[in-house]
Amino acid sequence: MADQADPKSQTPNSQSGDNRPALALHVPEPKFRPGDKADFSDIDIGEPGAVPRPDENADPGDMRDLAYGLVRVLGDDNKAHGPWDPKLDPETLRTMLGHMALTRAFDERMFRGQRQGKTSFYMKCTGEEATSIASSMALASDDMVFPSYRQQGILIARGYSLLEMINQIYSNKGDKLKGRQLPIMYSSREHSFFSISGNLATQTPQAVGWAMASAIKGDSRIAATWVGEGSTAEGDFHSACTFAAVYNAPVILNVINNQWAISSFSGFAGAERTTFAARALGYGLAGLRVDGNDALACYAAQRWAANRARANQGPTLIEYFTYRAEGHSTSDDPSGYRSAQEREEWPLGDPVKRLKDHLIAIGEWDEERQEKMDREAAERVKKTTKEAEKNGILGHGLHHPFHTMFEDVFEELPWHLQEQAEQATHERITKFGKERPFG
Amino acid sequence: MSAETKEQEAQAGTERRVNMIEAINEALDIMLERDPDVIVMGEDVGYFGGVFRCTAGLQEKHGKTRVFDTPISECGIIGVAVGMGAYGLRPVPEIQFADYIYPGLDQLISEAARLRYRSATEYIAPMTVRSPFGGGIFGGQTHSQSPESLFTHVSGLKTVIPSTPYDAKGLLISCIEDNDPVIFFEPKRIYNGPFSGFYDKPVEPWKKHDQSIVPEGYYKIPLGEARTVREGEALTVLAYGTMVHVAEAVCREKGVDAEILDLRTLVPLDIEAIETSVKKTGRCLIVHEATRTSGFGSELSALVTERCFYHLEAPVERVTGFDTPYPHSLEWAYFPGPVRIGEAIDKILSE
Repeated sequence: MADQADPKSQTPNSQSGDNRPALALHVPEPKFRPGDKADFSDIDIGEPGAVPRPDENADPGDMRDLAYGLVRVLGDDNKAHGPWDPKLDPETLRTMLGHMALTRAFDERMFRGQRQGKTSFYMKCTGEEATSIASSMALASDDMVFPSYRQQGILIARGYSLLEMINQIYSNKGDKLKGRQLPIMYSSREHSFFSISGNLATQTPQAVGWAMASAIKGDSRIAATWVGEGSTAEGDFHSACTFAAVYNAPVILNVINNQWAISSFSGFAGAERTTFAARALGYGLAGLRVDGNDALACYAAQRWAANRARANQGPTLIEYFTYRAEGHSTSDDPSGYRSAQEREEWPLGDPVKRLKDHLIAIGEWDEERQEKMDREAAERVKKTTKEAEKNGILGHGLHHPFHTMFEDVFEELPWHLQEQAEQATHERITKFGKERPFG
Repeated sequence: MSAETKEQEAQAGTERRVNMIEAINEALDIMLERDPDVIVMGEDVGYFGGVFRCTAGLQEKHGKTRVFDTPISECGIIGVAVGMGAYGLRPVPEIQFADYIYPGLDQLISEAARLRYRSATEYIAPMTVRSPFGGGIFGGQTHSQSPESLFTHVSGLKTVIPSTPYDAKGLLISCIEDNDPVIFFEPKRIYNGPFSGFYDKPVEPWKKHDQSIVPEGYYKIPLGEARTVREGEALTVLAYGTMVHVAEAVCREKGVDAEILDLRTLVPLDIEAIETSVKKTGRCLIVHEATRTSGFGSELSALVTERCFYHLEAPVERVTGFDTPYPHSLEWAYFPGPVRIGEAIDKILSE
């Protein structure tokens, strides 16, 4: 990182006029750009099973190395290795794989739907399924989650209705959020899933606050939040770490390091110098760094942190080292800024394939059953999509009545919003006449 | 407490008189007692009781997990309050000075204010953010600002500003019980006594003011209702916070028969009271301490013009702070004091 001063701007000491050397600004640059051959051989991924598993009551100061290592369970032999093996029964593993298959099928269909003009926007989580599905399965179903925008896997793992999800994505008349939110900004109180914000990292101090409230009340539920590595640069994340540490809040801070924040690589959040798990150390938090494409490792780490929080041993920051296999969103084209090869060359593979291969290796699964599972997932999504389309797609009129735009700004409608609601209704009648069947 | 009760108590000499700090402390104490979901937090509010003493004794009485100090992070304070609200608590965070609230703005504007709407009522943020605001205490540019119009501009936030101990207590209790996020700005210049604007005169304590008679127990003043400070025919004065007292003193001094409305709540605004009064007097003066451009006075002026234009006998006038940072040494040159208000009144009445 010892940058040479840019020769073009090398007019030494033109400002100060003395003999001090010219300073140079370092602007991070990813290793590969479009057309480059991706080579990740310099990334040290360690050996599966090699990282020790400290006691859940361990002092953060005694486990600092874990912030720089990589917790891995699944090996190249597709077997589970070492102390972090959560030793899940085959039925649970098959359920996990099922959630992952469904999430992938859902992403495929919704992405296509956006391309077909059924909605404005969609975000896939391809390659990152384990970080939400396996992790949330390690929590109790009523532990409160404060996700970012790429954790649809949590809703699927918690059994949220696909129809509700698609209604939300279509912003149609069936959307329980009344068409107010950008697609994928779900909310489900019933599933202890917090309303997703489009503003990054704001959910992190909120999760800490929820956890503090749970502790104030002597409750037994904990909170967990998910945030991308890019948005750990937000002040909110640092407030969250400070408050979590100060009040020993029963919270898990999950950082999904998928290497890319739209077109900015993780170096713009500080990854050239240290790991994201190491952010924990300065705050005195427990920090774990985990293979985010290893469903068993994700589960084990989240369970470790959950047990720790539940025992009043405090918060944990977990970095999931993974890769965003697709674009940031339907509005993004990654071929414009990164090497197309990165996805295939990623040294930690694909999380769905790795879990499938593990189940096959332990004699609990086979390719036929996998094909059937994938087919059924695709059919289920297709059928539900058709059902959702009966409620309308974005921009095709079947939205909520105009008056709902003014509701819920406050608990009660104040006079100024009442006046504006009347104006909106008036404009609708002017444009469409009174016979239009919905308001 | 009804006006009659107040009068009876005043005659009997049995009334309790408190200053605004004590009134706020009582409101917090009562709500901590009545509602186990209320928590109070902020910088220095716990053991020490707050730099202005508004939370004195509350931690000792209600315990460390109900009343506690926080890190110096307004973003964190508001952020955790949103999460606490989602859990079901009713947090009452203090921001030590309104000037310090800006690091918390994203959490207030994008999160607290929008949560009910964006989640279609699944989650709400029933918090009351208390914060001392306004100048007149030689606080310089970072301890004197009046940023209320930043908040009135945000859909989903309520903004409340008391001007007396009686109102401070009753309004604060209403705010804490309200299910929407509320910004509760406390005019710190009048914590200890009303301020006439004549800064060279001795400070008058609240004890001499009727509005310091405050019942001991629980009572509420509904949000969205202005208070008629005095009835009059010559012109309507719209004010809030410290400026209510300054405007009142100027009108008294000049012998102007003004009708003075203390707005008390800026959002939701008591538009009926404003309209009724301006239509009666036909003249309107708006007074606030905040900077002029895009200040709340602009909104008030527009509303009065839109709704009362054919009743107006003179253009609506605004008296405000200047569009500069709050200067330390030139504080009284900045402050919209008796001269500025008096000249505006003369101008309106001469039309």
